[in-house]
Amino acid sequence: MSFRRLIPALLLAGTAAAMASGAPAATLAIGNGAEPGTLDPQKTSGAWETRITRSLFDRLIDYDVDGSLVPGLAESWRISDDGTVYTFHLRDARWSDGEPITASDAVFALRRLLAPATANHNANLYYAIHNARAVNTGKAEPATLGVSAPDDRTLVVHLDQPAAYFLQALAMSEAAPLPEHLIERAGTGWTEPGTLVSSGAFTLEAWRPQAFVRVARNPRFYAADSVALDGATFYPIDDAGAALNRFRSGELDIAYSGVPAARFDWVKQHLGDALRVGPLVAEYFYMFNLRDGQPLADPRVREALNLAVRRDVITRQLLGMGQRSSYWYVPRATAGGTRGRMAFAEESPEARLQRAQALMREAGYGPEHPLPLTLRYNTLEDHKKIAVAVAAMWKPLGVEVDLINSEAAVHYAAVAAGDFQVARYGMVATVDDPYDFLNAYADGGSAARSSGYHDADYDALVERSTQTLDPAARARLMTRAEQRLLDDYALLPLYDYVSAHLVAPGITGWQSTPTDVHPLRYIQIED
Amino acid sequence: MLSYTLKRLLQAIPTLLIVITISFFLMRIAPGGPFDGERQLPPEIEANLEAAYHLDEPLPMQYLRYMGNLLQGDFGPSFKYKDFSVSELILQGFPVSLEIGGLAILLALLLGLPLGVIAAIRRNSAIDYAVMGTALAGIAIPNFVIAPILALVFGVLLAWLPAGGWNGGAWPNLVLPVIALSIQQIAYIARMMRASMIEVLGSHYIRTARAKGLSESQVILRHAIRPALLPVTSYLGPAIAGIITGSVVIEQIFGIPGIGRYFVQGALNRDYTLVMGTVVFYGALIVLMNLLVDLAYSALDPQIRYD
Amino acid sequence: MTTDTTPYSGPRMPAGGTPPGGPNPPAEPDPEAGAVAGESLTRDAWRRLKQNRAAMVSLILLIVIATVCVLGPLVLPWGLAEVDWNAFTAPPSLEGGHFLGTDANGRDLLTRTLYGGRVSLSVALVASFVSLVIGVLYGAISGYVGGRLDNLMMRFVDIMYSLPFMFLVILLMVVFGRNIFLIYAAIGAVEWLDMARIVRGQTLSLKRREFVEAAHALGVKDSKIVTRHLIPNAIGPVIVYVTLTVPKVILLESFLSFLGLGVQEPLTSWGVLISEGTDTMQGAPWMLLVPSIFLAVTLFCLNFLGDGLRDALDPKTR
Repeated sequence: MSFRRLIPALLLAGTAAAMASGAPAATLAIGNGAEPGTLDPQKTSGAWETRITRSLFDRLIDYDVDGSLVPGLAESWRISDDGTVYTFHLRDARWSDGEPITASDAVFALRRLLAPATANHNANLYYAIHNARAVNTGKAEPATLGVSAPDDRTLVVHLDQPAAYFLQALAMSEAAPLPEHLIERAGTGWTEPGTLVSSGAFTLEAWRPQAFVRVARNPRFYAADSVALDGATFYPIDDAGAALNRFRSGELDIAYSGVPAARFDWVKQHLGDALRVGPLVAEYFYMFNLRDGQPLADPRVREALNLAVRRDVITRQLLGMGQRSSYWYVPRATAGGTRGRMAFAEESPEARLQRAQALMREAGYGPEHPLPLTLRYNTLEDHKKIAVAVAAMWKPLGVEVDLINSEAAVHYAAVAAGDFQVARYGMVATVDDPYDFLNAYADGGSAARSSGYHDADYDALVERSTQTLDPAARARLMTRAEQRLLDDYALLPLYDYVSAHLVAPGITGWQSTPTDVHPLRYIQIED
Repeated sequence: MLSYTLKRLLQAIPTLLIVITISFFLMRIAPGGPFDGERQLPPEIEANLEAAYHLDEPLPMQYLRYMGNLLQGDFGPSFKYKDFSVSELILQGFPVSLEIGGLAILLALLLGLPLGVIAAIRRNSAIDYAVMGTALAGIAIPNFVIAPILALVFGVLLAWLPAGGWNGGAWPNLVLPVIALSIQQIAYIARMMRASMIEVLGSHYIRTARAKGLSESQVILRHAIRPALLPVTSYLGPAIAGIITGSVVIEQIFGIPGIGRYFVQGALNRDYTLVMGTVVFYGALIVLMNLLVDLAYSALDPQIRYD
Repeated sequence: MTTDTTPYSGPRMPAGGTPPGGPNPPAEPDPEAGAVAGESLTRDAWRRLKQNRAAMVSLILLIVIATVCVLGPLVLPWGLAEVDWNAFTAPPSLEGGHFLGTDANGRDLLTRTLYGGRVSLSVALVASFVSLVIGVLYGAISGYVGGRLDNLMMRFVDIMYSLPFMFLVILLMVVFGRNIFLIYAAIGAVEWLDMARIVRGQTLSLKRREFVEAAHALGVKDSKIVTRHLIPNAIGPVIVYVTLTVPKVILLESFLSFLGLGVQEPLTSWGVLISEGTDTMQGAPWMLLVPSIFLAVTLFCLNFLGDGLRDALDPKTR
């Protein structure tokens, strides 16, 4: 138990009141979705945490204002022709306590990232590194990981095979070099304000759980001159309506808590200049249970269910926030050029419904022999609306839907166990690359395990695409893989997600990006 | 009375032990785990996480480990709020919840009791109907409706008060959450007070007091109010325990750093250690509050004795 | 006595007067008169209830609401799950055929509110019943017997208060599957606790009264003392608390639905409709107002009926 943190936090809580009234112009108030569970970048589990950790810890490769990759702590890098050896040249930069940031900090961080005790959620993204899987499963020592620091400014990473997404993975916040000198000394308490040492544009100033996290400009950041903000305060606001109220009353400059669906039209009309909507690398779909003996093992039924769903009704009438109707699996906003598509996408609704009914008859179902089907979703207003609409759209096929809702933990446990027929699923990419999506349905992937999907050709295409470094050739392979999945009607895609944030007019250096990263270091407040 | 109090405090130990044991197994047998989320984790990583929190051990073993740590005052680290121990989270949040909840109860008593008494005295008058009508509306409108309306009207449209935030407990930030939290309590207390006042005012005992020539205000102030408080007091025991441990709705809508959210979200996240922490804390409060209520009975009615 | 600083104290009560907290004894605690008194008591109470206009109007209104909820959906043109593809979130209108508007899925709100009323009213009925029967009996026995038993019974109540309700609900669901009767079981499991505490408090005070001790001395059986003397004299707070329980359980039911135990789509309840309506209250206020008005009217009626019942059943005025 650490009470050290308690005392400064309580003292600071008092000064917060004073700050709020006469806040300096260059301090940003951010509604941050939820309370961060941790500021250790290797233990985070969501955007509400990485938004903060990314401002504290620079990675070898950083995001630009539009989400593309630019050099970060690594000034430059070289990739061997076979795509398995990455050599990074680090710039001359310092931790916020003045210690130099060395290549061994990066080696330390990657070993720690893959150590089983760290239990990092995204460790599998780094399994391409030599020996990484063995380290992460406790079969090898972290020291055997294929990373080395020949000198203070050079980092060499050896992969077992090429991995097209690897630079993207290194831009993730958990891959940031970490202050070895501090973590060795302070242990798990190293993320406390006053102790934490940062490498990014900001340092941690205060953290009061459920109230705020405050960061201040880091004068030792290598590009400190380019940072406009003096600091930022992250407020954990999970209720979208509450965030909207506080944004309107001027208490927040940016609200990342979303916009209440029922208020979207109003916000668009009245706060149009503040509303920022953009496509995300995230897909909303219904997962089918494809196991033998399940009604959805029959591809005709799967095709019919897909045909009968009017995605335009769902995206326009029910959601209306600019979500894009989807006839594919990899969201269109994803980098990499995957362009699969369900064959019927352009057909008229009437023609689709007719074919769907014919297919169902062929499969032995109809109004006299209805197909009872359960549809599971986790409790949320939008999920409910969509499930109700889909059930009504399936009704003319003779499908009688039993809707089952449960809170998220029960829902996802049932999905993981394959205990469903149709289940609502939302897949959000960790990196701006089709890798997450395609891999999920490949052998051993999460969606393959849940749905029982298995196709050796698909697996081979995905495997080849991952190891292909030429972008055009890779795009072709990925499109072929995706098309296979879609021709099988292995799932029922509904729409590509969008992000909807509120950004006060007068704030520049902020853009909607497909992975929803908005680096704090570029943001400016103009009066 | 002292020995009775001591006896009750001693009884709290087995009571809490039963609560902890049942809760532990209830929670662990329920489907869904702390790592079941939208992002399904690969089996290797889930195994690492389970090992990190000792979830890979047999359940009875985990129970013994938990009880062992608890005896040393260690509630363990939160699963979700990884940088904090459960004790830190509760100790930091409870003063906030206590402040908001305490003020709400105070307000509810200061308004609810007199309103109930007045309504009872002026029974079936316009005042009675007005008070009880308002009270019923307060009961019928849930706080998840009231709170956003208050924030919108007073925080955004009129801009008299902050729409949310804690701000170190500055008074303008307290007003709306305290009101939102107390409305229902005012209504409850007024309704109950009115009913028991009517009961007492109709009693033979009060008629005797009146017959002895005491003025009506003397009758009410000296003889009627105290016995009429009995049912309200019974209600207040568990109610206070509930209110000072925060309300997830109020905290989310007004951005209050209390502990109410830990009760609901801890359970939804399957944050096992945090759930157990809240159970122990709440259980202890319930036991304590019901003891205080029982002691208050003797003060309200000297004939109530415990033997 | 007027110079007392303490408002009252038992020993100084005038001789023959009833001590504080003090409702009055029934005139003659006659052990023989039980059955006859019971019958005439009911008839007497009903006669007096009928004289209370507000209570009778409320009673009739409640019967009307319940009847409309049961029979209304049979008459209305829209089905519970029927989607009007041309009327998503449509405001109330006569032309469209949706007199009270539609919800976000284009389903008729009046139809859904009436179906929801069936669930909510039955949940309220069961919860009040459980709270009355278990809570009142449990509290009265605990308070009357006192001592060790009281202690044991009240510690059990403490334990029930402290258990994490959500996991209780989830486990009920796992063991018994999804079943509407589980809603009643889950709500019943917690709703009697407050009532038991309140009745016990009243009983502790009442049992020292002279009329109880007199009954005791006359050899009236304990069970009869509890049911004939203690419970009737605690009826005021009991009835009020029941009317307070009703809105609580109607809203609690929507939390059960959130967990997946309560009603499931396409079925709905007032609590679920109200929490759905809260999201849209600024853009589509009818979705909040319609179920809220049904709930509020029901509550007002219950309240007046409760007050009337209390007066009718009051042993002191008999």
